[in-house]
Amino acid sequence: MNFHEPHIDYAGISPVIALTVGLCVVLLSAVFKPLRRSAPLLTMLTLGVTAGLLIWQWDDPKTLITGALRLDDLAISISLIAILTAAFCVVLSIRERATEEAGSGEYHALLLGSVLGMVLLAQATNLVSFFVALEMLSIPLYILCATNLRREGSLESGLKYLIVGSIGSATLLYGMAFLYGGTGATNFAGIADGIARNGLDGDPLILIGIAMAAVGLAFKTSIAPFHQWTPDVYQGAPTPITAFMAVATKAAAFAVFLRFFDVALGSQLDSWQPALAALAAISIVVGNVGALGQDSLKRMLGYSGVAQAGYMLGGVVVLSDAGTSSLVFYLAAYAFMNLAAFAVIVGRERETIYGDDIRAVRGLGVERPLLAWPLTISMLALAGLPATAGFIGKLYLIEALVEGDYTWLAVFIAVGTMISLAYYLRVVAAMWMGPEGESVTGATPVIAGASPEADPVDPEASRRWYIVGPALLAAAATVFFGVIPQPLVEFASHAGSTLFG
Amino acid sequence: MSSAILWAPLAFGLVGLFLPKRAVGWWAVLGTVVTLGLAIAVAIGFDGNSSALQYAVDEPWISGLGVDYSLGVDGLNLFLILLTTVLWTGGVAFAAFREQERAKTFYFLMLVAETATLGSFLAQDLLLFVLFFDLMLVPFYFLFGAWGHDRSAEGGLTASAATLKMIVYTLIGSLLMLVAAIATAVLAADGGHLTFSIASLNEHGLTQGSQRWIFWFFAAAFLVKMPAFLLHGWMPDAYRAAPLPALVVFSGVLAKVGAYGFLRVVLPLFPDATVEFQEVILIIALASILYGSVMAFTQTNVRLIAGYSSVAQLGFITAGIFALSADGADGAVLQMVNHGLVVAPLFVIVAILLERTGSEDIREMGGMALRAPVLAALFLIVALATLAMPGSANFVGEFYILNGLFEAKIVFAFIAISGVAMSAYYALRLYQQTMHNRKPEGLLSREIGLRDGLVLVPLVLCILGLALYPQLVLERTAPSVDKSVSRVRDGETPSARLASMSKQELKEILTPAPGNTP
Repeated sequence: MNFHEPHIDYAGISPVIALTVGLCVVLLSAVFKPLRRSAPLLTMLTLGVTAGLLIWQWDDPKTLITGALRLDDLAISISLIAILTAAFCVVLSIRERATEEAGSGEYHALLLGSVLGMVLLAQATNLVSFFVALEMLSIPLYILCATNLRREGSLESGLKYLIVGSIGSATLLYGMAFLYGGTGATNFAGIADGIARNGLDGDPLILIGIAMAAVGLAFKTSIAPFHQWTPDVYQGAPTPITAFMAVATKAAAFAVFLRFFDVALGSQLDSWQPALAALAAISIVVGNVGALGQDSLKRMLGYSGVAQAGYMLGGVVVLSDAGTSSLVFYLAAYAFMNLAAFAVIVGRERETIYGDDIRAVRGLGVERPLLAWPLTISMLALAGLPATAGFIGKLYLIEALVEGDYTWLAVFIAVGTMISLAYYLRVVAAMWMGPEGESVTGATPVIAGASPEADPVDPEASRRWYIVGPALLAAAATVFFGVIPQPLVEFASHAGSTLFG
Repeated sequence: MSSAILWAPLAFGLVGLFLPKRAVGWWAVLGTVVTLGLAIAVAIGFDGNSSALQYAVDEPWISGLGVDYSLGVDGLNLFLILLTTVLWTGGVAFAAFREQERAKTFYFLMLVAETATLGSFLAQDLLLFVLFFDLMLVPFYFLFGAWGHDRSAEGGLTASAATLKMIVYTLIGSLLMLVAAIATAVLAADGGHLTFSIASLNEHGLTQGSQRWIFWFFAAAFLVKMPAFLLHGWMPDAYRAAPLPALVVFSGVLAKVGAYGFLRVVLPLFPDATVEFQEVILIIALASILYGSVMAFTQTNVRLIAGYSSVAQLGFITAGIFALSADGADGAVLQMVNHGLVVAPLFVIVAILLERTGSEDIREMGGMALRAPVLAALFLIVALATLAMPGSANFVGEFYILNGLFEAKIVFAFIAISGVAMSAYYALRLYQQTMHNRKPEGLLSREIGLRDGLVLVPLVLCILGLALYPQLVLERTAPSVDKSVSRVRDGETPSARLASMSKQELKEILTPAPGNTP
C-alpha cells in the first residue's frame, strides 16, 4: 500500500507560520524577566518578517491546504494593509496605559493573533477557514478593547463588542449552514457549483443564507444598520487599538466579502446586488448624519468609518475588476488617512485633560503645528479633497460604480461627502480657527485627584517620536499618493485583477 | 512653459515656509511677479490666429484611470491666466506692505491658491480641471477662516462658520461635477479606452438623455461658484468675513472659473443639453443681473456692494455665453477680464477706506476727494469702468454681449439692458458716498501712500490700457471662442442639424468622397 505524503506548500503558508511563531515568542517573552520589555520589538520583527514573506509570494497565486486558503495578490495586498496598521498600532502603543496594565507581552501577542486572523481571512476560500479566521480575528480584539482595565469605558467597550460581535458571528454561521445545506459544499467554488448543479437559482433558502451571511459581514465591516456598536466600541477601546480595529478589521472583512460574494455567490448577482447597494446607501446616510453632532473625535471617526464602509461597499456591489481594485486602493488610502488622525488623538489624549474630545485639538495649529498638519491632511483626505489619496480613492470608486451602471450610488457618495464636510471641517476649524486663548496642553484638572483617566500622563507626549513619527508618516503618504497615485493604483489594480483574471 | 506657470507659485510658497518671517512677504511677491513674467512671455509668444492649443503638455498621470496631466493655452484661457497672475501680484503685494499674522502660512496658502486657480484654467483634462477646481477652495477655506473677520458681534457669522457655509455650498456643486465628469468619460468611452482628455471627449458625443443630467451637475458647480441668483447664499457672509488681500483675488478671479467652465466644458461637450436649457440658464442670468443690481444699491456695506455688483456682472457674462453666438461669447470673455480688473482695485480701495475710516459702512464715509484727489481719481476710473462708460473696455464687452443676446433672444436682451442702467446707479452711489458728500467727524483723509499706489496704479493702468485697445483681447480670443460655440451656434445642435437635413444631404455626408477611398 502506497502512502502519499500530502504536498505541503511551505512557501505559501510561510507568512502564517511566521506570525504563529512570533505570537508564541512574544507571549513567552512576558515570562522571562530580561525579555519583558522587548515585546514591542519582537512584534515589529514578526510583522516585518511576515510582510517580507508576503511580498516574496507576490504575483504567484496558489491554492493552499486542499483549497481552504488561496494566497493571491488580493490576499497579499489586504494582509499588507493589516500588517502596516498593526505596526502603527505597536508604535502608538508605546507608553500606552493599556499595555502596562494588561501586560505588554499579552497585549502584543493578542495583537499578533488578530493579525493572524486577518491574514487567514484574506485568504479564506472555504466556509470553515472563513469562519475560523473570522473568530481568530475577533476574539483577541474583544479582549484588546478591554485592556484599559481601570477605565469603565474600556471594559464596556470590550463587553459590547463581544456581545454584538457574537451575534454577528452567529448570524453568519447560520447563513453558512443554509448554504451548506443547499449545496453540500463548504468551499466557495463548490458552493457555486452546487447552486448551479442543484438548480438552486433564486431558491428562497439559499437567498436566506446569502442574506444572513451578508448581515454577519455587515456587522464586522460596521455597515449600517448593523453599526450600532461601532461608536461605543471605538470610543471605549484604547486609541491605538481603535486605530487598528478601524482600519485592519475593515480591510480583512472586505477581502472576504469580495471573495465570498464573487466566487461562491457570483451567480446570484441579481438577488444580492441591489440589496448590497441599498445597504451601502443606508450606510452612507446613517454614518454621515450620525457623525455630525459628535464631540468625541473617536466617536466621530467611528461614524465616519460607517460612512466610509458604505462607500467601499460600492466596490463590492459592482463585482468587477475595477470595483475590486478601487476597493483595495480605498482601503490603503483609508489606512493612511485614519492612522494619521488616530496618532494625533493618541498624542493629545496623553497631554491634555480632554481625552479625545474635540476641545483637545483646539488651537493645535499654533501650538503644535507638527500634529496639526497631519490631522488637517487626514480630515481633508477623508472629506475627499484633491491632492490627497482620499480624492483619488473616491475618483476610483466612482469610476468603478459608473462603469458598473451604479451611477445613482456614485451620486450618493457625492451627497454623503457633502454632509461629511460639516464634521471633518469642524475639526480643522477647531485647530486653526478656534478662539485664541488658554492652552489646553498639560492643564491640570479643575478638581485635583479626579479620575485617573482625566490626568494627562505625559505633558510632552506630542513631541515624542512615537507620536509625531507615525502621524507625519501617514500624512505624508496620504499626500504622496494623492499627487503621485500611480504606484498605489498599480498595486491595487494588480490585486483587483487576480479575482476575476 | 505651461507647467512652469502652474508650479512656480507653489514652489515659491514651499520655499517661503523655510524663510525668516520678515522676508517671506517679499519672497511671495517675487513668486507672483515671476509667474506674471512667465504668463506675459506666454502671451507674447501666443499665436492669435489659431484656435489650437499652444504650449501643450500631455503626460499620463494615472494611466489606469485614464487621467492625463494635460495643460495648454488657447484663446479661451490666455487672458484669464494673465488676469490671474496680475491680480495675484497685486493682492500679494498689497498684503506684503502690511503686517500679517502667521505670515508664513498666509503667503503659502495664497501661493497654493494661485497654483490651483491657474491649474483650473490650464487643465485640458476634464478630471484635472475638476481636481484643481476643488483644490482652489482649500486654501481659501483656511485664508477666510483663520485670517477672516468675526462678524458675530454685528449679527453675522463667525469667520469659520461663514467659510464653512461657503465650502459646503461650493463643494455641493463640485462633487456633483466630479460624478458628472467621470460619467462623461465612462459614457463616451462606451467600454473602450477611458480618457478624460477634453479634446478627445469632444469627438465622442453623448446621447441627449445623459447630456441632460450631466449638464445640470456641471451647471450647479459653475453657478454656485459665480455665484448666480438663488445659489449665492454663501456670498454675503464669505465676503464679509474674508481678509481683504485674499478677497481681492477671490472676487477677481474665482468667479470667472465658473463662467470659463461653461465655455471650456459645457458648451462643447454637451451641446444638445445646452441648447435645450438655454432659456433656463438665461432666466437665471437675468435674475442675477436684476437681483444683484437691486441689492447693490440698497446695501450700505462696501464689501457687499462690490459683492452684489459681482453677482450682476457675472449674470451678464453668463447671459453672453448662453446667447450661444460668437458675439455673445466674445463679449463674455472680454467682460470676464474686465470685471476682474475692476473688482480687484475696488477691493483695494475698500481696504484703504477701511483703514482710514475704521468702518465698512458708506454712511460713515465721505468727503475723501477733497484731501485725496489722486485716490479719488483712481476710484473714479474704476467706478466709470464698472458702469461700462462708453470708451471703457467694459462698454465694448457689454455691447458685444447685448449684441449677441439681441440676435438670439430679443426679449432677454431688453431685460438685460436694464442691468446696464442700474450698474450706473450703484457704481456712482458708491463713489459719491465715499468720496464726496460731507466728511464725517474724525475721519482721516489723506492721499494714498506710495505703497498702495504701487498696487493700485498698475491695476488702473490695465483698465485704461484695455479701454484704449480692447482688440488686444478680442482678436486673440475670437478663434477659440468660435470653436467653443460652434456646436451650439444659433440654437442648432449637431443632432438637430442632422434631423433637419434632407435625405440627399445626409447621403452626401455619409458617402465618402471618391478621393478618400484608397
